[in-house]
Amino acid sequence: MTLLSSVTGRLTAAALSLAVALPAVAQETPQSGGVANVAIQPEPPGLMLPLVQNAPTQRVAGNIFEGLLRYDAELEPMPQLATSWEISDDGLTYTFHLHPDVTWHDGEAFSAADVVFSADVFLRETNPRTRAILDHVASIEAPDDETVVFTLKQPFPAFIQAFEVGTLPIVPKHLYEGTDFYNNPANNHPIGTGPFEFAKWDRGSVIELDKNPDYYEAGKPYLDKIYWHVIPDAASRAAAYENGTLNIMPAGSVENFDIPRLAGMDGSCMTEAGNEYFNPFAMLWLNNREGPTADKRFRQAVMYALDRDFAKNVLWNGLGKVPNGPFSSTLAAHDDDLQPYPYDPDKAEELLDEMGYDGEPVRLLPLPYGETWTRWAEAVRQNLEDVGINIETESSDVAGWNQKVSDWDYDIAFTYLFQYGDPSLGIARTYVSSNIAKGSPWNNVEGYENPEIDKLFAAAAVENDADKRQAMYDQIQQTLHEDVPLAWIMELAQPTIYRCNVHDLITTGIGLNDGFKNAWIEQ
Amino acid sequence: MNFFKRFAQNRGALVGLVILGLVVLLALLAPFLYPDSPWRMVQRPFLAPGEVSGFWLGTDVMGRDVAAGLAHGAWVSLLIGLISTVVALAIGVPLGALAGYFGGKIDDALMRFTEFFQTIPNFALAIVLVAIMEPSTFSIVLAIAIVSWPPVARLVRGEFLSIKHREYVEAARLVGQTHRDIIIKQILPNTLSPVIVLASLMVATAILLESSLSFLGLGDPDTMSWGYMIGAARTVMRQAWWLSVIPGVAILLTVLALNLVGEGLDDALNPQLARAR
Repeated sequence: MTLLSSVTGRLTAAALSLAVALPAVAQETPQSGGVANVAIQPEPPGLMLPLVQNAPTQRVAGNIFEGLLRYDAELEPMPQLATSWEISDDGLTYTFHLHPDVTWHDGEAFSAADVVFSADVFLRETNPRTRAILDHVASIEAPDDETVVFTLKQPFPAFIQAFEVGTLPIVPKHLYEGTDFYNNPANNHPIGTGPFEFAKWDRGSVIELDKNPDYYEAGKPYLDKIYWHVIPDAASRAAAYENGTLNIMPAGSVENFDIPRLAGMDGSCMTEAGNEYFNPFAMLWLNNREGPTADKRFRQAVMYALDRDFAKNVLWNGLGKVPNGPFSSTLAAHDDDLQPYPYDPDKAEELLDEMGYDGEPVRLLPLPYGETWTRWAEAVRQNLEDVGINIETESSDVAGWNQKVSDWDYDIAFTYLFQYGDPSLGIARTYVSSNIAKGSPWNNVEGYENPEIDKLFAAAAVENDADKRQAMYDQIQQTLHEDVPLAWIMELAQPTIYRCNVHDLITTGIGLNDGFKNAWIEQ
Repeated sequence: MNFFKRFAQNRGALVGLVILGLVVLLALLAPFLYPDSPWRMVQRPFLAPGEVSGFWLGTDVMGRDVAAGLAHGAWVSLLIGLISTVVALAIGVPLGALAGYFGGKIDDALMRFTEFFQTIPNFALAIVLVAIMEPSTFSIVLAIAIVSWPPVARLVRGEFLSIKHREYVEAARLVGQTHRDIIIKQILPNTLSPVIVLASLMVATAILLESSLSFLGLGDPDTMSWGYMIGAARTVMRQAWWLSVIPGVAILLTVLALNLVGEGLDDALNPQLARAR
């Protein structure tokens, strides 16, 4: 897009200059004190993270609860409640050594029994995603108060990626054992082991977290308080940041077009770090079952017709990444040699001619998540119409979108999915035929069936040899790239905008979602 | 000739007619001036008016030509305004005629029915209807028609009530004309002037309604309309005010023109009521 080059240039330059500003901060010594005022959008439905999985819940409650591990930007495990861990050579036994001096916010001592209870009882009952991971686990035992041993049924190398606070949060056994988890009074005043304690929640206004004075990592946390401000209107949030009421704006709380303005203010910093674990990946579901989208050539034509760079530069202000295939670029299993589909409308028209596309109208279902997504659907529609595909845009609200996608009542539909650090946790679910079932908008919704792919995903998940596993994942990526079960449109960026005097805000690949334990404010 | 003379005596009406003529011309010429889809992304986004030659109104958030959108939007706005008014008349006129002519229980029943629609706030009802039916040109026209027919029914009923006891109507009844003939041939033609005036104002209201719906994101997602243009530009007011202002002025001028024309029609059709100017 030569027309856009100057805009692109400007934006990239802005992004670069912001990125350069970051590394310098790590050298200073943290100071205690200060208050973080953070935007939270939308207001979370609850704060009991092990029960409520919404993104805003995790963002707030990641300060209250903790997992055994955290993950750095390369998704390598880092200690949290577990200080060290060993994985046996056969890949079947995971032994975690827990931090000895941990107490719950109500003063009770934390022990290995809490971990066993959380994983084996609580989360198996309440969290479907975690339950699926724990299906690989034969037993969870606590030989002593500071050791937990997970024994697997077969090797499952991705297992070490599953101990993040959102996936395997540790809940207090002494409050929940033997109770009705969903109606436990503790849900309204969550008790965790994290660096911050729940203080109070004025619904519709503010959630207040206090420093945990007895936190087991000496000197931490540095902040005295965190206020999470609920401000539904984007323009008001931006104004609150400008006038200093807020000093941290997590991803999603600033409209894309407003990012350069807010990030460019004096004393305002921006980072895209902290996105590596979830790595939201925007896609177009293409209904593989019926209509023109059932033809592989049509789906390939869609890939050639989409001007993905335009969407990235104009709609997302140059943030994010155009993917080369089904795996996001931050995954270790990503095949770097895969050539992305170029923007080539002529090639798309050629493919459409070849398959004999007769102008049959194709329905496009946008994701009703706000302005950017609406504009994106308009751009995609224009791209597809330019190569001769007849598009009818459908409108719906979020519930209608859920319904239509779950019922497979669409031709092309926007979505985005988390990648969860490993193909077996975040990607296989979208392509394996065993995951085709009406009723969920998050499974193999497109209806792609390929026995070879099923076999490869199953084998790769339990393959302990890294090279062999990679060979399988490469083959998966090449096959999917050729078959185009769905259109991969963008690896979404998650920019956080904050005042530059806030330091060490994001220190892991989980970003703001695993808490402000290291954050400090320069006085 | 008399009619046009009276119409022309109202200067405002003439101005309105000229503006309206230009808008209609723009709408008719849109496919020739801008044969490409107005959705096509053709230049850098956020060009100010005149910044690049050939884009005299600039480009929007995605680099679409604002002038093309304005031209194609004129077509959409006028068409929706006209069709929904015709539909509203098709509902309101017969109901009002029947109620006024027959009176009694029929009148009661029909007027209670009309009041039912009148008591619900127009715009709220239109939003609900469009949301239920899913936004499309069809559902928008229908929704606008459904919320705007009650005043027509009441007006026609009033006219019928006053006319039905006139001597020529009684004479027609005496010579044995059927109710249908009396309604259609005798009374209806004599109620037309106020209905025409009302209709011209209804087109203006319909354009406003359609724009408001599109502004809220309830427009037909596949048609470029003025309301959509304002809605899409609302969030970038601080960066590019002209994106909202240009279609806003277009709506203002069109609605103003329709109102002026309506006033002129009123003067021309009801000479005895015409104000001294």
